[in-house]
Amino acid sequence: MPYLKSLLVVLCLLILPAGSAHAQEDTESLRPLINELAGGGFSETEQQLGVLAATGNPGVVPALEALADGDLYARKSDGVVFIGERDGRVYKLTDPLTLEPAGEERRRDMKKIKVNNGLRRVIRTALGTLTLMAPDPATRLAAADAMFKAQDPGSIEALDLALTQETEPRVRRKMEAARAAAVLKSDKPEAVKLGAIATLEALGNRDALSVLSGFLPEAQGAEVPATETAMARIDKTLAAWGAAENVWYGISLGSVLLLAAIGLAITFGVMGVINMAHGEMVMIGAYVTFVVQEIIRTSAPGLFNYSLFMALPLAFLTAGLVGIAIERGIIRFLYGRPLETLLATWGVSLILQQAVRSIFGPTNQEVGNPDWMSGAFELGQMTITYNRMWIVVFSLLVFAGLMLVLKKTPFGLYTRAVTQNRRMAASMGIRTPWIDALTFGLGSGIAGIAGVALSQIDNVSPNLGQGYIIDSFMVVVFGGVGNLWGTLVGAMTLGVVNKFLEPYAGAVLAKILVLIFIILFIQKRPRGLFALKGRAVDA
Amino acid sequence: MKKTATGMALAALLATTMLGGAQAQEDTIKVGILHSLSGTMAISETTLKDAMLMLIEEQNKKGGLLGKQLEAVVVDPASDWPLFAEKARELIEVNDVDAVFGCWTSVSRKSVLPVFEELNSLLFYPVQYEGEESQRNVFYTGAAPNQQAIPAVDYLMNEEGVERWVLAGTDYVYPRTTNKILEAYLKAKGVAEEDIMINYTPFGHSDWQTIVSDIKNFGSAGKKTAVVSTINGDANVPFYKELANAGIKAEDIPVVAFSVGEEELAGLDTEPLVGHLAAWNYFQSADADINYDFIDTWHAFTGDEERVTNDPMEAHFIGFNMWVNAVEKAGTTDPDAVIDSIIGVTVPNLTGGYSAMMPNHHITKPVLIGEIQDDGQFETVWETSGLVPGDAWSDYLEGSKDLIADWRKPMSCGNFNVKTGKCGGSEG
Repeated sequence: MPYLKSLLVVLCLLILPAGSAHAQEDTESLRPLINELAGGGFSETEQQLGVLAATGNPGVVPALEALADGDLYARKSDGVVFIGERDGRVYKLTDPLTLEPAGEERRRDMKKIKVNNGLRRVIRTALGTLTLMAPDPATRLAAADAMFKAQDPGSIEALDLALTQETEPRVRRKMEAARAAAVLKSDKPEAVKLGAIATLEALGNRDALSVLSGFLPEAQGAEVPATETAMARIDKTLAAWGAAENVWYGISLGSVLLLAAIGLAITFGVMGVINMAHGEMVMIGAYVTFVVQEIIRTSAPGLFNYSLFMALPLAFLTAGLVGIAIERGIIRFLYGRPLETLLATWGVSLILQQAVRSIFGPTNQEVGNPDWMSGAFELGQMTITYNRMWIVVFSLLVFAGLMLVLKKTPFGLYTRAVTQNRRMAASMGIRTPWIDALTFGLGSGIAGIAGVALSQIDNVSPNLGQGYIIDSFMVVVFGGVGNLWGTLVGAMTLGVVNKFLEPYAGAVLAKILVLIFIILFIQKRPRGLFALKGRAVDA
Repeated sequence: MKKTATGMALAALLATTMLGGAQAQEDTIKVGILHSLSGTMAISETTLKDAMLMLIEEQNKKGGLLGKQLEAVVVDPASDWPLFAEKARELIEVNDVDAVFGCWTSVSRKSVLPVFEELNSLLFYPVQYEGEESQRNVFYTGAAPNQQAIPAVDYLMNEEGVERWVLAGTDYVYPRTTNKILEAYLKAKGVAEEDIMINYTPFGHSDWQTIVSDIKNFGSAGKKTAVVSTINGDANVPFYKELANAGIKAEDIPVVAFSVGEEELAGLDTEPLVGHLAAWNYFQSADADINYDFIDTWHAFTGDEERVTNDPMEAHFIGFNMWVNAVEKAGTTDPDAVIDSIIGVTVPNLTGGYSAMMPNHHITKPVLIGEIQDDGQFETVWETSGLVPGDAWSDYLEGSKDLIADWRKPMSCGNFNVKTGKCGGSEG
């Protein structure tokens, strides 16, 4: 490793001012060096990487990138190295220097040149050094990030050089941080190191804290108190952000609970049907997403980012129709007999699970995250993942939509009329059996679209629904049966309470404590947070 | 009167089943498959049922065993632990099978143990487990902790320079025992108490935000940090999704898992997970001709080119071949004869070497550390230079380090205490 590092310095000094001169050099001379990569273990590969980097020839970049991605292969018969792309049982080969196609080989005739995390780090640093001056700011940012993580004193010159030309403030900050981190590892004088400590303190995030705490044991003289104060300050800000983070996690968990429970709030809360197959409606929604994505993958890969929007109506319809079928086929015969409803719907849930298992197989299905749902962004010192954020937004939209349907549409009016006083609604000419079926279908359909959202964060397997059924009932009972607002407040409260307990009590105990809390709460207020008042209660 | 009638009916029934059994024994040798095909564990166990059917079909193509054809008897214990015991009894008593291949979770194995002991039959158990057990009628073809967990920790310590450890697991017997062993091992290696964080989560845990953020915090102490995960099947997908989205890269905080194989990764986009690790005794990517042949046969058998192979399948491959060899050696399928003849039987494994059955009913295996690739496969980055014999009783736990298991005569004991010189378990 040290051998390589010194070579990298030489390399970057060589390449930055005079890269173009090397570009013209005959790349063929690199071939034996690249073939040498197929040599042996990781240490040999690392050494050979150093040799390749020392040539200072940009021609090695594709080979290095392919190696980092694990796409570099050696032919077993003659040891020639190619970039390979798997295609069924063969590899499609590409020449690592000319980048021209070089035929294909059977998989068992090729040997992969292995990389591990250590090598990947080395390659990342090497490529980082090469791309510090790249035209694309995102590449430069990634390069600066790689240099920050490498903390290599040898990179200070390269960073200084890059800093003289850097204009993008975001990249500049990262480069300065990378330089400061490298300075702490170097043998620079105390004054320079104190400056670096100040830079890191100003950065104030977890990465800075990590660098500083790594430096503390090596600090000398005035550096020790400076590092300690800097760490204490960062700790303090991080603690404040930690509380904010907990609230966010609570809301995020609450939104998942809300999504899972909101359909149940209709079928159980409004109609009073104990529907144990509710979780399976969620699962059906998730499987619809899977099927939609499969069709898109095979026929129109370009539309992948819109797959969830297409899955939403389909999931609503599929789960809704299954729900109506269950209501017409089973539940309508069991109104007023909660115990039998419970057992019958439990049976239905097992049937649905096994049906899905027979059709799609018992294993997890891959549902991909569209680009806009992958990754995370930083808000202050908080990391917020996009998928969680969109699920919070989505759950609130679903809630608002449902409220709108129930309060502002004729169907909503009928539903409320039927649940409040069935006989009077019937005498007013409402076909109560059909309203029952449609309401049940609505609840199931909502569960279906919850499945689309949950497919983004959970397993898409036949057991998906089981994990949510208990939580859903808990939310609805806690929030108050028959009240959608209660479901919203209940879900959010349970989410936040759970997440505040988790860091202290651990995930297992937190769940138990929440359960005990609900039991005690129900003792005090048997009808939940928002109890319905008046005649509806007795209906 | 009624009593006698029932008694006679029972006797008649017994006679017919026994007759039926005897009849069947002449034509075929029956092999029981005891894997859940429905319920929570179907996700993992169904594949093993298919693998067993394939192995039996292949053996029949080669002319069967002792001149007879093999016949698979498949039952579904439906992920219901007590049902495992009932179905095991049904396989042995009603279907008269000569050996059973099955179980996945430790609790299902514990539930069938008394049945196999009482009826004196054979069970081949193919899954990595927590150790601390050796039973006369059971053969453990999966990894014991010293064949998976300990080498993985050694790898991280030596090759990656890890100094801080997060032991994260699902809250049940396998992770708890494994983490107890690992904690004792790490402390013996000089890791300080504050550099170990232990975290348990419920089955099917799906909200990993807090824990992933805790891991990030724990990892920002300036020391290289790694996560050792004994998180069970279903909870892994949300865990890895959260890791990927939170931007925790394997180069910074690697996660090594003991329950994540090719099958579990099938439901995941592995692009952001490249470099995270798993420790097993077999990976589908193993570069050996016998493995390529096995994969080809598997694809042909299932008719699906995308079906992956995994470590417990290899364990069944080894276990089944060991049983076949032992039966051929003994010349009979009688359990007592096979228990004697199977010790020392050596068969090829799928990574290009050989595995042997040891007197403690565990087998020798190579230990492989693999990194997740973007195609959902693992790339072996390190392996033990030789075979590691499975250790039934951990050397790092009080109460178990003095115990050994040896089922050869005259010792014939699964928990022999070398200190007291008595066969009598951990209490002694």
